[in-house]
Amino acid sequence: MHIHEIYTVHSTYREDMKIRGYTFGQGEKSACIVGPLRGNEIQQMYVCSQLIRALKELEANSCICTGKQIQVIPVVNSYSINVGRRFYGVDNVDLNRAFPGNSYGEQDRRIVHALMEDIGSYVYGIQFASFYMDGEFMPHVRMMETGYQNTSLANLFGLPYVVVHKPAPIDTGTLNYNWQAANTAAFSLFTRTNWEIDERSASQGVAAVLRFLKRMGIIRYDSHSGYISHVLYEQDLSDVHTGRAGIFRGLARPGDDVRYGRPLAEIIDPQEGVVRETIIAPTDGIVFFAHTKALINQGDIVYRLVHRLHE
Amino acid sequence: MIETIASLELPVGEHLAIRRNRLCYKEDTKSLGRVAVVSGTHGDELEGQYICYEVARRIAAHPEYLTGIVDIYPALNPLGVDLASKALPITGMDLNRMFPGSREGNAMEQIAAAVMEDLIGTDLCIDVHSSDIFVQEIPQVRLSGEFAGRMLPFAKLMNVDVIWMNATATVHEATLAHSLNTMGVPTMVVELGQGNSINMPYGNQVVDGIFNVMHEMGIWTGEVPPTQLPAISSDGKVEFIRSDVEGIFLPRNKHNHFVCVGELIGEIVDPMAGQVKRQVAAGKDGLLFTLRNYPVVYEGDLLARILTGIV
Ligand SMILES: [Zn+2]
Repeated sequence: MHIHEIYTVHSTYREDMKIRGYTFGQGEKSACIVGPLRGNEIQQMYVCSQLIRALKELEANSCICTGKQIQVIPVVNSYSINVGRRFYGVDNVDLNRAFPGNSYGEQDRRIVHALMEDIGSYVYGIQFASFYMDGEFMPHVRMMETGYQNTSLANLFGLPYVVVHKPAPIDTGTLNYNWQAANTAAFSLFTRTNWEIDERSASQGVAAVLRFLKRMGIIRYDSHSGYISHVLYEQDLSDVHTGRAGIFRGLARPGDDVRYGRPLAEIIDPQEGVVRETIIAPTDGIVFFAHTKALINQGDIVYRLVHRLHE
Repeated sequence: MIETIASLELPVGEHLAIRRNRLCYKEDTKSLGRVAVVSGTHGDELEGQYICYEVARRIAAHPEYLTGIVDIYPALNPLGVDLASKALPITGMDLNRMFPGSREGNAMEQIAAAVMEDLIGTDLCIDVHSSDIFVQEIPQVRLSGEFAGRMLPFAKLMNVDVIWMNATATVHEATLAHSLNTMGVPTMVVELGQGNSINMPYGNQVVDGIFNVMHEMGIWTGEVPPTQLPAISSDGKVEFIRSDVEGIFLPRNKHNHFVCVGELIGEIVDPMAGQVKRQVAAGKDGLLFTLRNYPVVYEGDLLARILTGIV
């Protein structure tokens, strides 16, 4: 294992923020794994730290294939993590909207530019990312429909789902988009949570990356074959909205099988304790995303469902 | 007439409501020209509060001069204005990256869609922003992308000091202005002053410009105070001065003032040691049209902009 510094931020009253790359093996820049660009991506950092632990051991056992190099950047935005904020700096910048960056502009642009300089030439790029809505997901690989996306490669992670989504204008500032523009095959991996550690899906995330590296001939490793991924397009998910605001009492969790017409959640009047609204499943399906916070606003998405495929 | 154009229930006994005041004294409104003044998309930009007030006050003082419709939207992000938060307080998202919104999306995307729908049919929309909380700006119209040419005649009437063509920031397709222009509603962004404050002379200057435009459009028949023609500048004529070190910035020059090459603009100091770390000087002759006021700086932070080549 070799550690190098990719970028350092100097501050008047804080210690330097050092972005470090941990590399394993030598040779072709084969795969790069990137952790939190946002301060709430704690689970993502945990997964990367566990990957470093596993790769260190594999390297010690000479299980990194000759001529292959792997890099893990376990955390980018440690300044935000340490103060419990999602975005970077006093002007609250989302680093995952600042790509490709440049070397002469605001600090956030310089950070992502330095990052791209370091990671832009890898063959495979894997980011442990987070979604803009807070809640829990089924573990999945997310890809942008750029015309070059390769869902069969994404299947090799062996996670239950591969989700393909159409990039919106705002997505052009993401790492994933810019990795693809630099000819890296880019994948965003989502495990269950962000702020909290979910051990089970974290080890699923670690196993998925190791399985992928093995299947690509980058490491030697005995792995379980994982799931045969179900590929779905984001527009095919059924969104379930609330009609009222209040206290959210979820009755279904990610992975649950739900039936048309059955209750999915209740919205409780926060002052009188009665049920204001019962949210009903609009279709037979599997819960892909679930809102988890105690409070909910009117009109928000509480569940995203995958339609059940009838054989 | 004050109307609520979008409302969503919050968890405990409150609604997030977007309100519009429609000023019109005619019976048949169908064929009337319509101007909208929109502000408060970023909750820490409050210059628009004075501008909305002053436009409404001047019209109420002389309703006989108003021959069209003026719609005033002082706070598209009412919770943000309440909390001096640029972003939407609940999600931390930038409302000005969510347009045109979606009727099927989450709550704020639905609100963005409702705002768009309400503005369709407007003959001119003026989206008032302050500068951020970090730097002071002189009154300016920023035009970018494919709509710059069409908007230039309107912008020239706005009594601002500068029209900045192709402002460096990439054209953000998800802004209110871009989305409205795309849908055929001529929209321009006015920027002035500084975040979290009101500069009344600047505000009056822009209000005079708004009445000047309305006069030209035949919506206002009252007399208009004399207005000025702006300097028109492109990116090539703007000199950016950024910090190359962290520290505390002290401005040593006057905002909105002509400077010569080598003239001191400010200093970056180390409060602990009582030392000057950098003296920041003008690299070119020109108008100091942007000047940092917020003291704490990192490498890359904007300190000043100089507009060169003004006749
Ligand atoms: Zn703004």
